[in-house]
Amino acid sequence: MSFTEEQITRYSRHILLPEVGGKGQKKIAQAKVFVVGAGGLGSPVALYLAAAGIGTIGLIDSDVVDRSNLQRQVLHHTPDVGRSKVQSAKEKIFLLNPDVNVETYEDRFTAANAMNYIAPYDVVIDGVDTFPAKFLINDACYFAGKPLVHGGILRFEGRVFSIVPGQSACYRCIFRQPPPPGLVPSCQEAGIIGVVAGIIGTIQATEALKLILGIGDTLTDRILDFDARKTAFREIRIKRNPRCPLCGDHPDITELFEHEQEVCQLHAPEALGIS
Amino acid sequence: MQITINGKPEEVQAGTVMDVLKQKDIDPHMVAVELNTQIVERDRLATTNVQDGDKVEFLFYMGGGA
Repeated sequence: MSFTEEQITRYSRHILLPEVGGKGQKKIAQAKVFVVGAGGLGSPVALYLAAAGIGTIGLIDSDVVDRSNLQRQVLHHTPDVGRSKVQSAKEKIFLLNPDVNVETYEDRFTAANAMNYIAPYDVVIDGVDTFPAKFLINDACYFAGKPLVHGGILRFEGRVFSIVPGQSACYRCIFRQPPPPGLVPSCQEAGIIGVVAGIIGTIQATEALKLILGIGDTLTDRILDFDARKTAFREIRIKRNPRCPLCGDHPDITELFEHEQEVCQLHAPEALGIS
Repeated sequence: MQITINGKPEEVQAGTVMDVLKQKDIDPHMVAVELNTQIVERDRLATTNVQDGDKVEFLFYMGGGA
C-alpha cells in the first residue's frame, strides 16, 4: 500500500518520528483493533486510534446513548441521546478520519460470540464496565492469543495494563475471579470523574499503538494505577502466576464462560443520596 | 515492624497477611494482595507471614469502564 499526498500530510507528525516513520504508519494503517464498549474508555480509545490512522476499528456495544453518559463518553454528543452508541461512534470516527474502516456490532459480547468477534483483530481493548465482561474479555484473548489492553475506572481512580497471552501476567493471575456481588460498586453506583476515563483510555490507545508498532516498553507485567485526587501514578510490578486458573501450570478454566452478572445492591435514589 | 504498603512505609504488628488486612480494616474479598511482587492467593492469606521490610501491595478491584 502507498499513502496519498493528503495522507502523508495527515500523518506527517507520526512519519517524522524515527520510531514510526512511513513504515510504522503503514503498520498502523494495516492494523485492526477491537474495542469492547463504546463508552467512557472506548470513546478516547476509538477517537485517538482513528486519528492515528488505524486501518480497522471494531466496536461492539448494545447500548444507546444516555444523557448521563455525556459527562465522559466524548464520542457521543447531545443530539445522540437515545441513539445507538456504535452508530454514533461510527459517525464521529468518519468525520475525524474517513480513512478508517469502522466495523460496528450492536450486540452484547458473550461467551458464545466472543471468539468470533475478536478473531479478525490484532489487538483488543477492554472498555467494559462489569466484572463478568472484564473476565470474559481476558479469557477470550488468552484462548485466541490476542494482546489485550485492560482498563478499569472508578470514582477518581483508574487502572491500565497490557496482556500478551502466554507471555505476561493476565487479569486472572492477579484477580482470580470477580468480587462477591455488592462489595465493589460500579461507576453507575459510585460515580466517576469523567476525565479519568480520558486519561486511562488514552493510555490504552498508546499501548495499542506500541503493540502494533512493536516499539518501547509496553505495560506488560506491570499495572499502572492512577489517582486523580493526588494526580499520582503508581506502578505495581506483577508476574505470571503459576496458580492462575487460566494461564497457570494447572488451569481450571479450559473454555469460555460468563461469571454471573451481579445484582445491583444499591438502589439509584440511595446511591444518589436523594431517597 | 515496618513494611511498605502500596509504596508507603507503615508500622504494623507482626503476623500474617490476613492480620495486616485486619489491622488496615480491609475486607480480603475486595483486594488482590501482592507480597514482594508475588501474588498471595486468598486461601493463603492466613498462612503467609509478613516479615520486617516486606513490600505489600493491595490492589483493589476497579470494574468501571463505560
